[in-house]
Amino acid sequence: MNNIAFVAVAILTLAAALAAASLPKLIHAALSFAMTFVGVAAFFFLLGAEFVGLVQVFVYVGAVAVLIVFTILLTRRDVEDTGGPNWGGAIIAIAVFGGLLWAILKAQTLAIAALPIEPLTVKRVGDVLMTDYVWPLQCVGLLLTAALIGALILVMEEKR
Amino acid sequence: MTPTLQLFLIVSATLFSIGLLAVLSRRHAIFILIGIEMMLAAANLNFIAFWRFSPHPQSPTGVMVAIFSIAIAAAEAAVGLALVIAVYRHYRTTNVDQLDQLKG
Repeated sequence: MNNIAFVAVAILTLAAALAAASLPKLIHAALSFAMTFVGVAAFFFLLGAEFVGLVQVFVYVGAVAVLIVFTILLTRRDVEDTGGPNWGGAIIAIAVFGGLLWAILKAQTLAIAALPIEPLTVKRVGDVLMTDYVWPLQCVGLLLTAALIGALILVMEEKR
Repeated sequence: MTPTLQLFLIVSATLFSIGLLAVLSRRHAIFILIGIEMMLAAANLNFIAFWRFSPHPQSPTGVMVAIFSIAIAAAEAAVGLALVIAVYRHYRTTNVDQLDQLKG
């Protein structure tokens, strides 16, 4: 974990996020969104959580980004964001950012460096997932099944 | 010299604020979903950072919470995009300003 890698990943992630939040064309914003999540996955790698980084790439860049692009293509009629900028939203977002920044900088106990750890292997993650977290895992499986069935029912053609 | 926890928290606060900006200032429903996903990613980044900088990083609690949170975010994205398609079928628009039938 060194500073140069951190700064590079931070600039990439935040620039892509800003582009996703401000580009007028939907497809460009969706691609910047995928780039943002590559950056977040790189942060997970920097922090030593390789498995979560890989899951992030599979789920977001592989699945959610493709879903978003498909939805954009299915709702083709308005592919651009119309209307001027909404200054109220920008002011609220900047105020929230200022509040968070103030709280983070004020808490001196947060200015700590990471302790050295042995790498978190996928085997260990699997062990913990199948012992301590087996009930949450089952609940998430049920939730995903219900969500996918619900999504299918929502987009099914209505009988007239 | 390695980055401290504060730097990671500042990055994730920035990501959260950009997501909030996208949710509040965009009028297209898909953009609003993208903003929500960004806010969720910022929360995940916080979970992983707090796990890595905690005094006991050997128990992977933060990693587990992040994995479950990613799964739930994926379910949310699927249902949200299905809703966008269903709304588009009825109203022929995805602009949230025009979806005002329930307005009093």
